[in-house]
Amino acid sequence: MNTYATRTRNARPEPFAVRVGIAERLGLAHMDWPLTIAAFALIAFSVFVLGEATQNDIPGDPHYYLERQAIYAGLGIVGMMLMTRIDYSRFRELRVGIYTFLCASVSLVFVFGFAARGSRRSFELPFFSFQPSELGKLLLVLALAGFVIDGARRGSAVQRTVRYLCLGLAPAGLVFLQPDLGTSLVYVVATLAVMYFGGVAWTHFAVIGGALVAFVAIVLVVAPAAGVPLLKGYQEERLTSFLSPHEHEGGAGYQQNQSKVAIGSGQFAGRGDRATQTRLDFVPERHTDFIFAVIGERYGFMGAAFVLSLYALLFWRALRITTLSKNAYGTLVAGGIAVALLFQTFVNVGMNLGIMPITGIPLPLMSYGGSSVLATFLAIGVLQSINVQAHLSQRGRFAW
Amino acid sequence: MFARNDHMPQGSRLSLRVAVVGGVGVVLFAILFFRLWNLQILSGDKYLAEAKNNRTREVKEIAPRGDILDRNGEVLVDNRTSLALQLNTAKLPEDPAEERTELAQLGQLSHMSLRKVRRTIAEGEEVAAGAPVTLRRDVGFDLVAYIEENQDEFPGVAVQRVFVRHYPDGSRAAHVLGSVGEIEEEELKEPQYKSLEPGDEIGQAGAEYAYDKFLRGQSGLTRIQVNALGQPTPGGQLVSTPPTPGDSLKLTIDGDVQAAGEAGLAEKGRGGFISMNIDTGEILALGSYPTFDPTQLIEPTQAEVDELYRDEELAPLVNRATEGAYPTGSIFKIITALAALENGVITPEQVVQDNGKIEVGGEPFENAGGVAHGPVELRRALQVSSDVYFYLLGLDMWETNDLQEWAHKLGIGRPAGLDLPEEGETLLPSKAWHEQFVKEGLALEDRPWSAGDNIQLATGQGDLQTNPLQMALAYAALGNGGKIPTPHVGLEVEDAAGRVVKEFDFNAQREFHIDPGYRTAILEGLHAAAQEGEGTAAGVFGGFPIDIAGKTGTAERQGHIDQSWFAALSPYPNPRIVTVATVEEGGFGAESAAPVVLDILEAIYNKQAAEVSSGGGAE
Repeated sequence: MNTYATRTRNARPEPFAVRVGIAERLGLAHMDWPLTIAAFALIAFSVFVLGEATQNDIPGDPHYYLERQAIYAGLGIVGMMLMTRIDYSRFRELRVGIYTFLCASVSLVFVFGFAARGSRRSFELPFFSFQPSELGKLLLVLALAGFVIDGARRGSAVQRTVRYLCLGLAPAGLVFLQPDLGTSLVYVVATLAVMYFGGVAWTHFAVIGGALVAFVAIVLVVAPAAGVPLLKGYQEERLTSFLSPHEHEGGAGYQQNQSKVAIGSGQFAGRGDRATQTRLDFVPERHTDFIFAVIGERYGFMGAAFVLSLYALLFWRALRITTLSKNAYGTLVAGGIAVALLFQTFVNVGMNLGIMPITGIPLPLMSYGGSSVLATFLAIGVLQSINVQAHLSQRGRFAW
Repeated sequence: MFARNDHMPQGSRLSLRVAVVGGVGVVLFAILFFRLWNLQILSGDKYLAEAKNNRTREVKEIAPRGDILDRNGEVLVDNRTSLALQLNTAKLPEDPAEERTELAQLGQLSHMSLRKVRRTIAEGEEVAAGAPVTLRRDVGFDLVAYIEENQDEFPGVAVQRVFVRHYPDGSRAAHVLGSVGEIEEEELKEPQYKSLEPGDEIGQAGAEYAYDKFLRGQSGLTRIQVNALGQPTPGGQLVSTPPTPGDSLKLTIDGDVQAAGEAGLAEKGRGGFISMNIDTGEILALGSYPTFDPTQLIEPTQAEVDELYRDEELAPLVNRATEGAYPTGSIFKIITALAALENGVITPEQVVQDNGKIEVGGEPFENAGGVAHGPVELRRALQVSSDVYFYLLGLDMWETNDLQEWAHKLGIGRPAGLDLPEEGETLLPSKAWHEQFVKEGLALEDRPWSAGDNIQLATGQGDLQTNPLQMALAYAALGNGGKIPTPHVGLEVEDAAGRVVKEFDFNAQREFHIDPGYRTAILEGLHAAAQEGEGTAAGVFGGFPIDIAGKTGTAERQGHIDQSWFAALSPYPNPRIVTVATVEEGGFGAESAAPVVLDILEAIYNKQAAEVSSGGGAE
């Protein structure tokens, strides 16, 4: 009984009754350990795979990707720890500032951005190129969740839904124009997820779903037929080629075929250093978008299934946190992050396995890239913060 | 604490939403796991095979063709390495404008029009889709250097080392050697080429064609590990079958004799010659004029194509010695003589009055120039070439088929069995042929086979169509007493180390009996004709140190100046070599064909004399 009493929210805090341990000082005490372990295991595996598979990529610098990814991982872990210790609820108060920063940063890329392969996505900084749209995923979730909580009492249900949609689709549109189709899709999905956890009616989602289907039909079928191509040729080809890879063997389908061959050839135990598909450049972008193919070929079903299990664990823990949150904001943020992670994982791995189109979405914590690693760790830090706050509030205790 | 909003999902409503998302997550992960299982466990073998296939590329190493040597080991054809410009069409730029620019630039560099470049590519693709197309052989080093320096501008262009036939003596023995070329689509279906692939080279004419299976090497195959760009990766050579060079072919041709014959014929004009061992059928020299340099066939310019293939009058590719079809004039008379003697129509000593002219059925047949030779027997008739003597023999045999039977036996109007593919159509006029000819409505006038036709044939005129090769066989049979050898140019095959791998054995095609007395009588006549007093060719051969038996011929060809012929058996009286030459529009036999034969014989016997005096003694 006593135990139960101390766990109620309204219990009075006992002043100075706490012996603050080292774990609590570091903010580790109430972290979700399975989530932490999954994230650490994934990033460790990423550094390991990059070290094994990219030794010959940069002549004279066999550890180029390994060293950089390790640095990003270190920075990301520090960022995660910091996030863990901040009460995420403050972000709700900063929603307008966060949203403004998000829109400004993804727009500034158009002005100062570094053009890679015809698209401007990142700023060239002294040590790495920073891609604001990656961090933007987290910022969008944080801001939009705030708006959803905030706007809950204003306007009719339809008005609210339209407002959330517009708020979410504006940055998504900017990212789409960079052009970065994959990331803009993540924005759309994150927006829908926040709305979903924010209680938008099922009927609204049905309408949105219908509109999406119509939109896709217009973009891919009607508009080109009418002579107004909305997508760039390579975008359309990437999106549709997975449906008929053999027709596109030379182009977009080539990559997916090679990726499928790579993964399939790994069989159960993997080919290790005898892997040829991913070592001899048959699979493109093997350190970023197609890193799962490297895992599949080198470490076989064992390795790939292990990695997939870690993602499943990650998703489960993230989703679980939505139910633990001390407040609705935390639920919305955790839900947005969880669904965004699930979406990215599924689309990227599905792309590697040849069942999803090529959209250029990195595999969280696995693909090489500072922006993505950092943003994902910060998002996980936010999840940890929600978890920590939930525990602290349940104990009726605030952070030291 | 933040205010809770009523509409916010809480409790069971939130749980439902979380459960739905969780369910979606489970389904999505299940899809990924199932797909992964499907790819790696169920279809893993297939993909592993595909991956292994992916990383290797088979590179064919072309084997050099064997050399062709003359009977003394002198090189007539060998190879030189050359650089060929190859284009991998799959790697051309996708953008049509860029592709056009690249092809146009390539064309300019290799002196081809854009249209020709495109046509070459289209033709190459037709033969072997996907294989690299050879744009141009034999490109210069500066072009190669330029392309390698500007590799970025020429995606898909590669330079390959290939072997190109090399002819040290230009046109010498061109018709015998023949040419090589890429195998045609049709030829790929033939059984002897079943191991070949598009792009392989085979002999297309001459000895290159006839002895292709010895000359052609076996291409080597190297599997190399490549990356996605098709570039070899370090240490990636997997399996390698080295190419086996082709064996060398030694011909029966004697390069010096050949050269002498060609030089002699070139002075006189269009025609052909053959010099052959009458017992073995080994051909010492075989030539035709106008000739060509086989190098021209490798990469002919338009002007060369016009000259080589289009000019029907010159027709340099035609071997007139084996593909020609002409009446022979008086050199045919030995056949008439043999037929008459063997059939008892006449004896060698029987004297015939030659008044310079006979009349058969109201039609006059005259000696050349209307000269009357008076009383002549066989020997004299041959010496002075009395037409009347042979007209009468032709007349005597016109109702029988005796003349045709002997001509046929001696090889006239039938395949000579030459080991080269170039043998032309010939015709031995006979009653049966004439009737068939008339029946088919091909004759100018509808009349039966007449005595006149046979009289014409008896002196090698009229409808007779033969060539130096067939006449050489007939003379060979006379010289050796009734044996038709198989004429051939292939002597033996040697491997790269010079060991003889195969000696060709050409047996005589057929033998029949020729009365030695008749043979001697005819040879006497021929000897007199060639080298004694009033002999028709005495002016040419009178001073020749070796005794020979020879006969001039002057054939009448409709619409042409007379064709000059000469056939010789040497040495007399026990001949070993037959030499026949003909010169189109060369006039009398002694005028142009006999000097050609003289040039050949001088080359043969000067050489023999030199060899004898130097202690050697081949032949």
